[in-house]
Amino acid sequence: MLENTYLIPFYPLLAFVAILFFTRWKERLSSYISIGMVLIALVHSLFVLAAMLSRHGLPMEKAIPFITHPSLHLELGMYIDPLTAVMLMIVTIVSSCVQIYSIGYMHGDPRYSRYFSYLSLFTFSMLGLVIANNFFMLFIFWELVGLTSYLLIGFWFEKKSAADAGKKAFITTRIGDLGFIIGILILAAYAGTLNYQQVFEKVASGVLAPGIITLAGIFIFCGAVGKSAQFPLHVWLPDAMEGPTPVSALIHAATMVAAGVYLVARAMSLFVGSAEASTAIAVIGVITSLMAATIALVQNDIKRILAYSTVSQLGYMIMALGLYGADTALGHHSPGFVAGTFHLMTHAFFKALLFLGAGSVIHAVHTNDIQDMGGLSKKMKITATTFFIASLSIAGIFPLSGFWSKDEIVATTAGHPVFMFLALTIAFMTAFYMFRLCFLAFTGKPRVQEKYDHAHESPNTMTWPLMFLAFLSIGAGWVGLPWLSHGFSSFVYHEQIHHSEPSYILMLASTVVALSGIGLAYMIYYKQRFSADALAEKFKPLHTLLYNKYYIDEFYNIVIIQPLLKFTDFLWWFDAHIIDGLVNFVGWLIIKWADIKQWFDQYIVDGAVNGMGYACMAGARLFRYLQNGSLQFYTLIVIGSAVGLIIYRVTSRGFIYYLLGASIMVLIRSIIRTSGMEKASTETNVQD
Amino acid sequence: MNILSYIIFFPILGFLAILFMPKARPNAVRWTAAFFSFVPMILSFYLTYDYYINYSSSSAMAFVEGPFNWISAINVHYFLGADGISVPMIFLTGLLSFISIIYASFIFFLLLETGMMGVFSALDFFLFYVFWEVMLVPMYFLIGIWGGPRKEYAAIKFFLYTLFGSIFMLVSILILYFTSEPHTLNMIELIQTAPALTHSLQLFCFVFFFIAFAIKVPVWPFHTWLPDAHVEAPTAVSVILAGVLLKMGTYGMLRVSWPMFPQAVRYFSIPIAILGLVGIIYGALVSMAQTDLKKLVAYSSVSHMGYCLLALGAFSSVTAMTGCMFQMVSHGLITGALFLMVGMLYDRAHTREIAAFGGLGVKIPVFTGLMVLFSMASLGLPGMSGFVSEFMVFIGSFGSFKLITIFAVIGVVLTAGYILRMVQRMFLGEFNLAKWGGLTEINLREILTLVPLAILTIFIGVYPSPLSNMMKATLENIVNLMAR
Repeated sequence: MLENTYLIPFYPLLAFVAILFFTRWKERLSSYISIGMVLIALVHSLFVLAAMLSRHGLPMEKAIPFITHPSLHLELGMYIDPLTAVMLMIVTIVSSCVQIYSIGYMHGDPRYSRYFSYLSLFTFSMLGLVIANNFFMLFIFWELVGLTSYLLIGFWFEKKSAADAGKKAFITTRIGDLGFIIGILILAAYAGTLNYQQVFEKVASGVLAPGIITLAGIFIFCGAVGKSAQFPLHVWLPDAMEGPTPVSALIHAATMVAAGVYLVARAMSLFVGSAEASTAIAVIGVITSLMAATIALVQNDIKRILAYSTVSQLGYMIMALGLYGADTALGHHSPGFVAGTFHLMTHAFFKALLFLGAGSVIHAVHTNDIQDMGGLSKKMKITATTFFIASLSIAGIFPLSGFWSKDEIVATTAGHPVFMFLALTIAFMTAFYMFRLCFLAFTGKPRVQEKYDHAHESPNTMTWPLMFLAFLSIGAGWVGLPWLSHGFSSFVYHEQIHHSEPSYILMLASTVVALSGIGLAYMIYYKQRFSADALAEKFKPLHTLLYNKYYIDEFYNIVIIQPLLKFTDFLWWFDAHIIDGLVNFVGWLIIKWADIKQWFDQYIVDGAVNGMGYACMAGARLFRYLQNGSLQFYTLIVIGSAVGLIIYRVTSRGFIYYLLGASIMVLIRSIIRTSGMEKASTETNVQD
Repeated sequence: MNILSYIIFFPILGFLAILFMPKARPNAVRWTAAFFSFVPMILSFYLTYDYYINYSSSSAMAFVEGPFNWISAINVHYFLGADGISVPMIFLTGLLSFISIIYASFIFFLLLETGMMGVFSALDFFLFYVFWEVMLVPMYFLIGIWGGPRKEYAAIKFFLYTLFGSIFMLVSILILYFTSEPHTLNMIELIQTAPALTHSLQLFCFVFFFIAFAIKVPVWPFHTWLPDAHVEAPTAVSVILAGVLLKMGTYGMLRVSWPMFPQAVRYFSIPIAILGLVGIIYGALVSMAQTDLKKLVAYSSVSHMGYCLLALGAFSSVTAMTGCMFQMVSHGLITGALFLMVGMLYDRAHTREIAAFGGLGVKIPVFTGLMVLFSMASLGLPGMSGFVSEFMVFIGSFGSFKLITIFAVIGVVLTAGYILRMVQRMFLGEFNLAKWGGLTEINLREILTLVPLAILTIFIGVYPSPLSNMMKATLENIVNLMAR
């Protein structure tokens, strides 16, 4: 089964093709095919996990060539190690739960089959991303995951907000991918390969210069910033909640957004080569986490709270991984790698549960606004219970799964006081906003009676996945218990096993922090000792800032998008008027030149030719008068000439006088003659 | 078997035959035209297959015919041959010509096909030049007669602009002829002898050839004939124009300029890459501002062909050259399909204004699905040919130009921007039932014209090594020639 791991992505791909071309018209069958295939993938993944366990995490690699060039060898292949095996499990489990849940949730949707085909395509892409053995293949599936995310966010594309959100998600993540591509180019140029292991060997052996490692690391991390919705590219994830809620659970909480974290974990051997890059990662992580947690404090849309919570938790994991890289680069031990990947797993389960629970609530009350809910626990027992379990887990309450993984992350920050302080602050906020949500939605009196009356528990296909995920949210963390031979950390680790000894002080501290967060929420929203509105009024500027998400979207719109659109309009004008204007001007010049040539031809060249003709004709006319057959005229000329000659002999100007005299005589003669001819012609006319 | 001659001259036979057919029987004309482009298509498929199996391991010319004396006074020969860079182009020409003729039976296409096939297989400059010019005439009439409202302007602009370029080419050809000893127009021989020209003469010839080819590509800033020609041209003509004609520019560079003037290429490599970069970014940004769908696709061609030029600038990398060839093939398939789809929509809606549409995905889901598929291919989504070509261009040119390539990668985001904006404004969002309620779904004939393009796009994207292997030896040879 391990040798055939590459088949795992193909099961859902097969489902996609089958639904698209064959069973599109049979909705029920389509969903069964899709679910059946993902379940097969799940079983296969279990075998892979078992095989990995039995060979103590010994990695396995296999590849086929994609394009072979002397300078570069691109391949498609699989690299299976414990991290891959765990990721395969996460993806197939969450995907199975979400797909089963979707039977109920998407019931009656006109594009039901298409929905399942997209889910299958997504699962294919995500699994392909996980098993990749090189950055090139990772990038291929990375983009495909982006495509399916685009399709699923905009699944209800008639809604403008959904279509906008899909586009925003794709373009924003692509900005991150821009960096990712550049990182890949740097690796290809300097390491000469994109295969993980070969790149890591070159990093470890010092073939790559430290500067190059830092540069490549930071650029590759840009990809993770986009995909995992880290600051400053986090803006797409909250909008992505326009998609169907199960999609939010699968893609925008548990799997795809975790791909960025997975990338950082996968490329950890690269990052440990550069303390600078790793520190940058940790800083971005903690900024993101803090920013998102503060925003989540004041939001009212149930899915947006969860979305910001996701951003925050992803930042938490990124921070842990970054700290691990930085510590390891400097030669210190750190549990960060295990913490980050461990939290990736536990978070996938409880966050999927939270989203599916939110979906169940939305399904029941047809609103996203928690201010319009209240008291729902009476009507939706399973949903409410599982939601509380997940909330306790994310808040980090003993002994739920979130407690163990969050505790490891806090332990990672042990050597870094600033990070530790922020990590605990974030933990406090997390507990607070989650229980604010819980208390407002599930306890107290219904605030909108009509919606409350309408509410009902969801069908079994929806509640079973909730219960299963609740089970995982409780127990998934136990694989990492320090007292159970460090199950997780002796399986998934980077380079060498490192067990962190349980620090009871830290455990106590993080529990106290979490409990106080819950307690504060309890006082405000359950007991209503303080008025939330009064608090909001008191800190109005801060509240407005947080409520509007620090105005980051508006900032981007004003500073980037609008200027860019203006610029494109300018360029279009430039193209049509300047460049094309130049072309047309050249054409115009040639036409004008042709016009001038024509004028020259007509008046100068042709004029000269015609002028010659006229001159000849005029001369001929002149000489014609000399030959008029009148004896008197001839005599006159002879006499005139003789006189002229005599004068010429006497004076020097004689010739001129001669000509003058001759001309006058010709003129007189011609006048006489024409008048005579006119008379003659009039007479002939009369005769006619 | 003189397969190349058959491929070249079969269409023109059809053209002549149709001239004698009665106008009253359009169906007979249609079938004849289809037949006379179907046969060359099959022959070009066979040629591709045969080349891949038997000849692709060496860079030598295959299917050589000649050189036969033609005009012996000036050493003109009839000389044909095909290698790794011409075979994919011949394949593309055969396929797109047939599809275009099926879509709209202009018999001028047959004349055009002869010209295109001739350019891709001529090995004698005289022959090359003749075929190059032969294409202009049918194209001029196709745009000028069957075009849109500003057809005369567009047709004349296209004709004169290209002719303007070819005159430069002619001058260069004459220089090459008179400087060679003995005087020859044989391209294979000139590739051997031309690099011996003086440095300044090389630069001179290179620039002149470059102007001719750059206009065809079109390289920024010689591109403004393209949007006009596309917008006015009928659908099928746009397909050929974008799918094949533009590639003649880059093909000419690979076939003529690069191997003949290696010193000049080295001298100009950075400006060439910068022109490519400007084309990529500028084309994408101007696309973003378009309100007419066809103009958007036309400007996207400027952007996509910019990748070819960037790759050509990185002359020392086989990967970059392969990327350039991939981009040529891939752009031909994808943009051909996009123009077809624009035409199909225009036939139904009689407008191409992007803003006039919205939410069409509800009404015509299959059309939308195919449009999204080709749009994704155009923005370089993995799994389709555009990704492979862009990626190889980036990897190849990054070795030579770090900064220019990094800026070029921005094109990837901009492309996603204008493509997705277009998809969203036309196919997503609210559907205007009153206005577009009567819009009909894509029909089977139309689907069948698109399916081969979709299959090839995906095939090359998923399994590029056959195409890559086919051109490898030839491109390696060109890169070696350029090391002179």
